[in-house]
Amino acid sequence: MSMLRIAAIAALSAVLPATASDEGPGLGQPISEDEIPSYFRPVMPDGTGLPPGSGTAAEGQPIYEAQCGFCHGETGIEGPIMPLVGPNADYATPAGTYWPYAPTLFDYIQRAMPFYAPKSLSDDEAYAVTAYILFRNGVIPEDAIMDADSLAAVQMPNRDNFIDLWTIQGAAPY
Amino acid sequence: MVDGINDRLRAAVVAGGGLLSRRRLLGNGLAVSGAAVGSISLAGQVSADPLVPEWATSAGEPVRGYGVPAIYEENVKRTLIKPYEDLAPGYSFSGTPLQHLRGTITPNGLHFEVHHGGRADIDPSAHNLFIHGLVDRPLRFDLAALERYPMVTHVHFIECAGNSFFNALMDEPMQAGCDMLHGLVSNAEWTGIPLSILLAEAGVDPRARWVVAAGDDAPSLARSIPLEKAMTDGMLALYQNGERLRPEQGYPMRLLLPGYEGNMNIKWVSSLWLTESPAFTKDESGHYTEQLSDGTVLAFSFGMEVKSVITHPSATMSMSGPGLYQISGLAWSGSGAIETVEVSADGGQSWAVADLVEPVLPRAMTRFTLPWHWDGAPLVLMSRAVDVTGARQPTRDEWKSRYAPTSANHYNAIQSWRIGADGSVANVYA
Repeated sequence: MSMLRIAAIAALSAVLPATASDEGPGLGQPISEDEIPSYFRPVMPDGTGLPPGSGTAAEGQPIYEAQCGFCHGETGIEGPIMPLVGPNADYATPAGTYWPYAPTLFDYIQRAMPFYAPKSLSDDEAYAVTAYILFRNGVIPEDAIMDADSLAAVQMPNRDNFIDLWTIQGAAPY
Repeated sequence: MVDGINDRLRAAVVAGGGLLSRRRLLGNGLAVSGAAVGSISLAGQVSADPLVPEWATSAGEPVRGYGVPAIYEENVKRTLIKPYEDLAPGYSFSGTPLQHLRGTITPNGLHFEVHHGGRADIDPSAHNLFIHGLVDRPLRFDLAALERYPMVTHVHFIECAGNSFFNALMDEPMQAGCDMLHGLVSNAEWTGIPLSILLAEAGVDPRARWVVAAGDDAPSLARSIPLEKAMTDGMLALYQNGERLRPEQGYPMRLLLPGYEGNMNIKWVSSLWLTESPAFTKDESGHYTEQLSDGTVLAFSFGMEVKSVITHPSATMSMSGPGLYQISGLAWSGSGAIETVEVSADGGQSWAVADLVEPVLPRAMTRFTLPWHWDGAPLVLMSRAVDVTGARQPTRDEWKSRYAPTSANHYNAIQSWRIGADGSVANVYA
């Protein structure tokens, strides 16, 4: 552990006790689980938060071609916007191979896509589009069924190249 | 060293290219004035005295509810960058016209923007902040309640992780102004509620280490924030330079995480979810990671680097003849206050320490100035900043050697401007 991290943790422990709840007027309203929208809790890298449902590449292809292809490319390579299949000389960081965890694909497709109608896909549709992108990148076989368990088990090819800079040196720049 | 100047100026020279010491100039009894004021053209004359300008001969406009800049300042606008044009216009950026501004505070209408899914239009009466996850009491706060909380005020810059990406990526330097080259950084006085107060009210579970924040824009941009950052100086910002946040800055509420890369300061924030581990959202899995030259990928690279840029003069400007000028620029660091800024007027062969304009605040823009006698000969101007941690700016070659050729985030290399004999100012890699 670096001296920076030790210093940061020391600073935290000094700060925590000072923040008593009575500094504010205490006007927060209690909420229950069913008041929390799904997009408030991103799917975690281990798949926690993935909903029931499933999809395959074959099911995802027509959804992709209708709702995604005009930005990301007809087959995911062409773009013009952030191609999902690769990498190649035109685009070094396609989501389908660059991202370290496959559940993030499901999360982002549900949260932010399609660009003009985010949060509109059903869970099955989001699994299917996720499966299509992973298949197009050669990460999963064509007939693989993506669901909460199988998507969490996918090994992304770039995962071991990721370094968590925060754990190494805190917020200090690289 | 410097030809064609008098003894007083010569005695004030501190480095090559005509850089001067302000202190020595003052000691020599020579005042340094700004740029010469041009003569005023008379638009029309209704007075018998031809020396009376038209606007001094009739009543002006009455008061107005919200002021706007003079009509003659129409060119002072954000520069718009829409990389995908009509295909995805909401994915767009606008750069602050740093070359048209003085001081350090960015006017609210000129604060840079980066939107991944367009500018959200939120009804404040229907917006809430949720705090949930590893807390004792999941809570919801509406804006009326938040107005009752104790607020703090701090000046901080926000810089997009991808600021200066043209210089990072292009083999030949693009000829454009500071708005285009470096405008994805701005500096404002932010007022809001310390996150520590709101989190404490919810009761932080000892297992919690991260705050996964999400916004109510179309893509609901989400980032994982270390709990210790949120507790130390994180703010729920409601006001920007004294007025409510602008819509493009996250109205009615955003996160402010001083010194952290721009996208983590979640705009239109609606959810703080406390967790044991980070979520590896899209933006911490791809967009805001950095690929190094060996293929390694840096994730969770939060702090913005020490950086500086000379704004006066800068590319797209032109010099108005040899003589005295004041070099002026901006420096900032996500790690703390600026310690020193040095300026070179001979392409880096010699350097002079610039004057820092008070106040020099941590994680805020600092203005630096230096008097300069330009003799009319071509030269290269540069600035390099050092922050309180001792971090200093790399050269462009040094920076490029560390990152993959396609990597652009966190670019903080020394900016060089070539002054031509014709008075032109050009962006150069030198």
